[in-house]
Amino acid sequence: MQLDNESRGMFWRSVLSAVRAALRAMLIPLLAVFTAMLTGGVVIALAGGNPIAAYVGLFQGAFGSARALSETAVWSTPYIFAGLAVSLTFRGGLFNIGAEGQLAFGAVAAAWVGYALPEVLGLSLPPIVHLPLAIGAGIVVGAIWAAIPGALKAYTGGHEVINTIMMNYISLNLVSYLLNGPMKDPDPLNVIARTPLIDESARIPPIVEPLRIHWGFPLAFLIACLVWWLLWRTTLGFEIRTVGTNIEAARYAGIRVKRILVLTMALSGALAGLAGAIEVTGLNYRHELGFSIGYGFDAIAIALLGKTHPLGVVLAALLFGAMRNGATRMQFLTQIPVDIISVIQGLILLFVAADRIVRYLYRIRVAEERVVLTRGWGG
Amino acid sequence: MDWRRFGFIALIIAILFSVMVLIGRVQTSPIVIVTSMMATTIAVATPLTLGALSGIFCERAGVVNIGIEGMMLAAAFFGWLASIYLNHVYKFAPLPSLIGGVVAAVLTGGLFALLHALLSVTFKVDQIIGGTVINILAVGITGFLNRQLFFEEGSIFGGDVPHAPGTLPRIAIPILADFPVVGRIFDQQPITFAAILLVMVTHFVLFYTRWGLRTRAVGEHPRAADTVGISVERVRYMNVVIGGLMAGLGGAYFTLESVSSFEPLMTNGRGFISLAAMIFGNWTPFGAWAAALIFGAAQALQINMQFFREVIPPQLAILQISYVVGLAPYILTMIILTGIVGKTVPPAADGQPYEK
Repeated sequence: MQLDNESRGMFWRSVLSAVRAALRAMLIPLLAVFTAMLTGGVVIALAGGNPIAAYVGLFQGAFGSARALSETAVWSTPYIFAGLAVSLTFRGGLFNIGAEGQLAFGAVAAAWVGYALPEVLGLSLPPIVHLPLAIGAGIVVGAIWAAIPGALKAYTGGHEVINTIMMNYISLNLVSYLLNGPMKDPDPLNVIARTPLIDESARIPPIVEPLRIHWGFPLAFLIACLVWWLLWRTTLGFEIRTVGTNIEAARYAGIRVKRILVLTMALSGALAGLAGAIEVTGLNYRHELGFSIGYGFDAIAIALLGKTHPLGVVLAALLFGAMRNGATRMQFLTQIPVDIISVIQGLILLFVAADRIVRYLYRIRVAEERVVLTRGWGG
Repeated sequence: MDWRRFGFIALIIAILFSVMVLIGRVQTSPIVIVTSMMATTIAVATPLTLGALSGIFCERAGVVNIGIEGMMLAAAFFGWLASIYLNHVYKFAPLPSLIGGVVAAVLTGGLFALLHALLSVTFKVDQIIGGTVINILAVGITGFLNRQLFFEEGSIFGGDVPHAPGTLPRIAIPILADFPVVGRIFDQQPITFAAILLVMVTHFVLFYTRWGLRTRAVGEHPRAADTVGISVERVRYMNVVIGGLMAGLGGAYFTLESVSSFEPLMTNGRGFISLAAMIFGNWTPFGAWAAALIFGAAQALQINMQFFREVIPPQLAILQISYVVGLAPYILTMIILTGIVGKTVPPAADGQPYEK
């Protein structure tokens, strides 16, 4: 069968319009990133550094070699999972500030299964069983940890923003107790709060030795597709989005809102827990205290920069991963502290959230869309 | 704030105090323990009280502020930085340097609050995202400058943190502080006294002045307020900035009153806990102060217990693990938010941008 010219033209036109729509959606975030980098440059200059040298170092560190690229991928992997976790709750009208705690517990659970379970069971597990068990444990524990504030929100009205923050501090305390106490690496040379190394059978193999990039990176893309599929191609996803858009309408339409609220949080926690489990099984082969600190807020910035769409989240996570990775080299070359990245990320979030500033600066007239999450504190 | 809730607060504090008495009575008389606990409770509740007052100003005008944590952290850093500069670079005596530091901290809080007002009132950004922006920025800026100024090669102080000019001196209230034993409670540092004073001032302003009436009107029903000629934007801006100044003073507590050093992330969630205190206090100054005292008492227990580590009776052995008591404020917050101990009623327009 042969396509006539007209329908071929229509096909290309539809592709073109899809590309144009995607570019339009990316316009504000890209300009926000650009403006934030520019402002960050001013901050660097004010603090007595050379912004151009800093950014050159940043770029080299992120993309300058095969090793740099691999490290960028390694950094981006947990960001993708955690960003997806937060964006999922945004779609469901919830705000999960607790990704950090869920990630930490996911990591602890995966580490425990990784180093202790075979011993407890008294048998050696083959990788095909051990690895999925370790990752699964991270997912389940993350989901449970997040379901608690979800249930509190659904059944008592306790606001998830405060509750997830509180649970971050609770998890930080508990994890630091575990890593300093019962789960501490017994190696006599060890002085830091960390678990022992996990067994070989619970490790994700690297893709190309000797680079550290591992199969968790492609898995993150797969999970992003899965989240997209869940949100836009399943009934559950439809229900989540309906609850997120209009909770009253959802209730009126017969959606069991409370159940959806708990499920949304649990799914989000599962993704955050997965982030922790993948870091343990794919990269560090153990969990170390302090490793998870800061991921929660980064994930929020990533979710918002990616406009809470899985594809956008992946792109935003790659950007954040590149920045975090490149920052080490930047600090090495120019003595500018890596913390500048947090400033830039805060600015990115600022410009994404207050897109009117960006619109005003660059005279853009694309229709506005507004995220509204705040619903008071639920009395 | 109903009396039942004050009763609940008194009960919790009494329990926490009793635990301390039970632990310490072998070594020290109960009266000494109770006074020492009271003094510590009042002192450590200071940043929570000020944070809660900050939240009350913002939310009574209808602006949710989860950026208090960030405002406090930034204020703690810049206040400390200012005191060091005044002391080392401009050669001021320690006390004027510290006072200058407090002023800088308060202004830092106000400046960050101005950003929050700009985002939430002018740009109508979702207020929780606006607060998150402030929290992330505060962590980044303080971490960056702390390292850039003090630890990097070629930094201003040569890679070394200079000695801070100490902490604010204690002020003893005449007569009251002269009482034996209990006098200790009235011998506190200035920000602590200021916080208690501000609780009363806020109560008066909120409920007995025209400004307070306007603030509450804007928070409950902005359209009605607008109709009678109150500028919703102006009232919200003013209140958010006043709240920021309070949070700034709360931040000063960390580096100028409690200890004389700065550590990254040192506010450690206190800004968020003060929001819980505000909610539990039902958006009233005295209620929020009482709630802040619960968290203060939990922390005081944790602090005072360290002196009695050796004599903790076996029935209370679980308290040996300092993490258990450390968790109390966070778990307490979550329990309080469930509404088990009485429903709370936020201002009706809390969190909603006002569109004309």
